[in-house]
Amino acid sequence: MVTASTSQDIRQTAWNAAAQVVDPEIPVLTIADLGVLRDVTVTDDGVEVAITPTYSGCPAMNMIALEIELALAREGISNPKIRTVLSPAWTTDWMSEQGRQKLKEYGIAPPQAGGGRRALFGEQQVACPQCGSVNTEVLSEFGSTSCKALWRCKTCREPFDYFKCH
Amino acid sequence: MTTASITVKESPLVLYALRRADDALILGHRVSEWCGHAPMLEEDMALANMGLDLIGQARELYTYAGKVEGVGHDEDKLAYLRDVRQYRNLLLVEQPNGDFARTIARQFFYAAFADPYWRAMMKSRDETLAAIAAKSEKESAYHLRHTSEWMIRLGDGTAESHRRAQTAIDDLWAFTGELFHADQSDAELIASGVAVDPETLRGVWMETVSNVLGVAALKRPASDWMQKGGRTGNHTEHLGHLLSELQSMQRTFPNATW
Repeated sequence: MVTASTSQDIRQTAWNAAAQVVDPEIPVLTIADLGVLRDVTVTDDGVEVAITPTYSGCPAMNMIALEIELALAREGISNPKIRTVLSPAWTTDWMSEQGRQKLKEYGIAPPQAGGGRRALFGEQQVACPQCGSVNTEVLSEFGSTSCKALWRCKTCREPFDYFKCH
Repeated sequence: MTTASITVKESPLVLYALRRADDALILGHRVSEWCGHAPMLEEDMALANMGLDLIGQARELYTYAGKVEGVGHDEDKLAYLRDVRQYRNLLLVEQPNGDFARTIARQFFYAAFADPYWRAMMKSRDETLAAIAAKSEKESAYHLRHTSEWMIRLGDGTAESHRRAQTAIDDLWAFTGELFHADQSDAELIASGVAVDPETLRGVWMETVSNVLGVAALKRPASDWMQKGGRTGNHTEHLGHLLSELQSMQRTFPNATW
């Protein structure tokens, strides 16, 4: 039987542990930074962690689920249930400010906040994460992972990844 | 080929999810065939990315179809253990890649439909289909933009790229009519607000196609004779070859995992 106060403690412990799990493709970002970690619930049956994929075919989801299990196991929480939720659909607007800053320092241009569909089909001004110039151009809509596009800075000539608005 | 095929009890909702899942899987598999062969590295990645999106959509749809059917068919069983005549995809998506222009034209015709389709399906009364639609809509928007840009580059490019793009459009045109077909099984779901009547998307599809072909200096074929059969399992000869590759591992080594 789980009492209300211990259940709250377990939830916090589980959340803190899961929140440390990083995206295997972009190891500077945790799944909490990304907004992939949606919810942790504690019931008599155990702990359930809800995560949401960035893209339908994101191959990192299996790895992330496994990492969450390991992180919780280190805190003594065994056999958590990892549930994938699709709704509401993930959006780059859920990425934390800290996450955006970490991305930029890592060399990936962060997605523009509140971009959504308008940014997708309208004019975009993406700043180079190396030199800050907005004199940039898109090289390819599709980058090294589903969530990124490939851009080039025309000022410093460096190519860079841009985390797509979604 | 040693594993017996499964039989799916195709209630209207199961069949509906299965048809969309098959579209996404087969088209995703087709574009994945370009991996390592595309004309340039950026395009190789773009095609692989589009394939990944589509196969991701297929997985969600198969999982849902299996759940609704309720006899323990998971995504893998539905993808790997049905024969060609049990596949319900559009004839358009199973057509071979051909040259790069043909692959792009096929993807463009599909994306010009999928984009408004998924947007409309976000309002489905079926919560799971609406959730899958909300994710797929964002992905298909990228596919549409990318393939539209290529149609224009190819059509308005060199004489050779123009010729190839026009040939691809002419050859694939007869497979586009099936996008807008709904049958008796769909009718029930359309009436109850679970599914969108595809006929209502014909206008926006035609407008997108006409606009892009116009800018690309390509001619929209005049013929309105359309091929059909995929939705009921009557496929072109190409699907069997594709499935024999896609399913070979599970058919040869049943229940193999790694």
